[in-house]
Amino acid sequence: MSFGEFLLVAVLALPALGALAVAAIPRDLPARVAGTVAAGLTLVAALALAVDRSGSWTAYAVTPPAVRPWHALDLPWVPGLELRFHLGVDGISWPLVVLTALLTLLCCGYTCWRVPPGGSGRALVALLLVVEVGILGTFLALDLVLFFLFFEIVLLPMYAIIVGWGGDGTDPAAVAARRRAARKFALYTLFGSVLLLVGVYVVVAAAGTADIVALTGGNGLARGTQLAAFTLLAVAFAVKSPLWPLHSWLPDAHTQAPTVGSVLLAGVLLKMGTYGLIRVAVGVAPEGARWAAPVLGVLAVAAILIGSLVCLAQTELKRLIAYSSVGHMGFVLLGIATLTATGIQAALIGNVAHGIITGLLFFLAGAIKDRTHTGALRELSGLRETAPRLSGLLAFAAVASLGLPGLAGFWGEAFAVVAAVEVGGALWITLAVLAAFGGALTAAYLLRLLRQVTHGTATPAVAELKPGLAGAEVAAWTPLVLLALAVGLAPTLVLGVAEAPVTALVEVLR
Amino acid sequence: MSRVQSVDSVALLPAYLAAGTAVLALLVDLVLARRTATIVAAATGALATLVAAVAVGAGAERRTFCVGADCSYVFGGRAALVAGLVALLALGVLALAGPLLRDGVTPVGEFCFLLACSMTGGVVLGAAGDLITLIVAVEALTLPLYILVGLRRGSLASAEAAVTFFVVSVVATTLTLLGAALLYAVTGSLHLERLGAILADRSDLLDLPLTTVAVTLVLAGLAFKVAAVPFHAWAPATYDGAPLPVAAYLSTASKLGGVVALLAVVQHALPLSVAGPVLALVAALTMTVGNLVALRQRRTVRLLAWSSVAQAGYILAPLGALALADVDARSAAYAAALAYAVFFVLLELAAFAGVVALRPAGADGGRLDDLRGAARRHPWVGAGLAFALIGLAGLPPGLAGLFAKVTVVRSLLGGDAAWLALLVALNAVIGLAYYLRFAALLYTPADSALAGSAPAGDAPAGAIRPARVVVVALAVATAIAVIVGFAPQLVLDLAGS
Repeated sequence: MSFGEFLLVAVLALPALGALAVAAIPRDLPARVAGTVAAGLTLVAALALAVDRSGSWTAYAVTPPAVRPWHALDLPWVPGLELRFHLGVDGISWPLVVLTALLTLLCCGYTCWRVPPGGSGRALVALLLVVEVGILGTFLALDLVLFFLFFEIVLLPMYAIIVGWGGDGTDPAAVAARRRAARKFALYTLFGSVLLLVGVYVVVAAAGTADIVALTGGNGLARGTQLAAFTLLAVAFAVKSPLWPLHSWLPDAHTQAPTVGSVLLAGVLLKMGTYGLIRVAVGVAPEGARWAAPVLGVLAVAAILIGSLVCLAQTELKRLIAYSSVGHMGFVLLGIATLTATGIQAALIGNVAHGIITGLLFFLAGAIKDRTHTGALRELSGLRETAPRLSGLLAFAAVASLGLPGLAGFWGEAFAVVAAVEVGGALWITLAVLAAFGGALTAAYLLRLLRQVTHGTATPAVAELKPGLAGAEVAAWTPLVLLALAVGLAPTLVLGVAEAPVTALVEVLR
Repeated sequence: MSRVQSVDSVALLPAYLAAGTAVLALLVDLVLARRTATIVAAATGALATLVAAVAVGAGAERRTFCVGADCSYVFGGRAALVAGLVALLALGVLALAGPLLRDGVTPVGEFCFLLACSMTGGVVLGAAGDLITLIVAVEALTLPLYILVGLRRGSLASAEAAVTFFVVSVVATTLTLLGAALLYAVTGSLHLERLGAILADRSDLLDLPLTTVAVTLVLAGLAFKVAAVPFHAWAPATYDGAPLPVAAYLSTASKLGGVVALLAVVQHALPLSVAGPVLALVAALTMTVGNLVALRQRRTVRLLAWSSVAQAGYILAPLGALALADVDARSAAYAAALAYAVFFVLLELAAFAGVVALRPAGADGGRLDDLRGAARRHPWVGAGLAFALIGLAGLPPGLAGLFAKVTVVRSLLGGDAAWLALLVALNAVIGLAYYLRFAALLYTPADSALAGSAPAGDAPAGAIRPARVVVVALAVATAIAVIVGFAPQLVLDLAGS
């Protein structure tokens, strides 16, 4: 087993073993620390994947395939179901792998310091690690069936996190609301993933293989098969992303989930949808993608506009941030829908930026709610007076989120619009204009949020706040702040590794 | 041609052992009259049957009771799988019945005898090569259950359940027999393979209305046994009235028997152009109705019963693609149906074991609310039950259930029945709604609701001690489910052989 193969296995095995260790350690705090250590080791392994990224594909391929993993591991598992344990990492998946490992580490570390009321901290850390296994596996899988398998793993642990530790308070109404939100999340997401299952086997039955490397480019798939497969896969990923009008699970789930749950949900869980769209749906059924691109583009822009308009009317902090995800993911989907190198690169960097910034926003919203016990924007005015650091960070995150040049959010949104203009034609120009207008609306609602929360006279809930931040909070937020700056100033951090695989993918789309 | 049939006793060994178990249980009960001795005798016999099935099945296919090339008893890989599984399930049900048999009210000897008789039917069923053997085996599997269902003495529900089950089952058998007789009238043959050959050769026979009627009758009769819609109405009432272990047996071994019988007639004998669409319709209705009604159930066993109706729909679904598919896809469809049935009975047995463990000894399934918070009081047993439910819903970590669904969807798409695949997929979502509600209920703190409406007369929930033998059964079933979850190829190979 080569070093790269070892790393691929380690990235999945470390959190899995960590979860087992957490479950096996009876004492609460040591277990949480052990889980955090496992998450830390996972991050190290994930970072190490980028070392020695020669890629072994040149050795045996005359015409290089469109997916050229840096490292790959291919073992048979269930031949009767065309399922192989085939993992690989390339420039499209690696940034997301690192982002997942980082956010999970931050969430586990945060849980060492503060456990949301409801259940034991051990169990929460164990579930976070299981969720991490599912997400990382989804990003690493190079076998369609394996991809589906990992896609499904995430579902129940996330449900348990929302039900067990989410919401506010233990009164029956709050408990019922949290249950409802979690059940909606589970059923909606399962609806998406069963469509994914059918879509996967539409492809597998037609092509006789589930190997993503071999399938990318739509080799040998009839047009009808591609259209059917793309429709199924696109709807499946649209639920996860989520794309308007399939988004309605998201605001409830994000609002009800505990802070760490929201961070993972918004930060990386949604990316499983957009990543799947790029790697699986577009890659495997390019003809279907070309056919459906205008619809996808229109829906994406509708998501941007509707998400922004709904945000303008929100009165609750977490709900506003949750809805803002709908708009931001709209930009990502618009980028994908253009099917150009610029658009897909914009989608990738938009994915990463949204993960960083929204992760930070949810951390901050959680901190504010923990302190003031309210999320209503009305009751939060004057935060700058009593908690200047918290309010400053919130301002930073909001400004990053609205896409100020120089911060991470800028690149994805700007270049999604640029890509739409590049495609040309009346439809795409219109979409670009509307998306740009949506960008302005994004700025409007985030500035409204800032005005309401940070300015004005302090309300009773805010007046008693202490200005200080806990060490754990600083530790959890600093990496995200720095990354938002770094990706904003040097987008090549993401785009540098993604350029070659995106170019290769766009080649086969033609 | 010699009129004297040669008898291959090795092929019959599992059946001998199963029948011997029944006799042994009866004798031990008569002679020793010790509860434990009887149970041990029955368990040993079931174990011996299991071992024999595996040992005989490991060799080449054995045929006996042959007339020319047609054989009434064909013990191959699939027969071994069915025989072994039925023996295993009988063993499991015997373990689940531990607390019930200890209460002194239930007659131990009769219980063991009847269970072993039923097991004999199941063991023979997988090997049946003609319609008469098949129907006799199905009856041998079912007949003892009439009495077992009514075994809860003094319970009106139990008596009602037994009568319902008896009446429905007799009607079903009559239908199947009539269908078999009509098929004989059309073709002049009863051997499954000969029937299939005749119907395939002479397409003019397919145009006869009599053939269609015969096929429909055989399928309808067997559909009763698997509780497929529209022949399902007996199942919830019967399961709920029966003692829990017997309900477990009904929804696992008995259902497996119905599936195997259906597979046998569909695969070998019946014309697929008629049977395929009928089965597709039945499967679609079964899963949809089963899932939708299960959503509204408030009683534990009724929920499991309706859900097992829905599961029968998934089992039958691959057979619905038969009319369209080519030869490869057809054998894949048979294998998929059987594989799903195997995954399902394992998880279903585990689910029933969990319920039995979490209920007072000898009690019925009760209401779902009676199990509220049970997993907090008994973490391991609760986790086992939740695992089984999640597996039945077809989600990780219940990988066995996930692969079962994947197998079905794959075979349907391979057989060009995309609409049915989509329907299976959407039904899985409905299924999750109630499985999740049940599983989540196990972890809900007991004090949060219903404090005032705790059922009087029931033992306080905290006082229930899961019986050790039931916990062992649950652990074994869960362990097997975990193993085949990680290595589903084992089941797929066995089902495909």
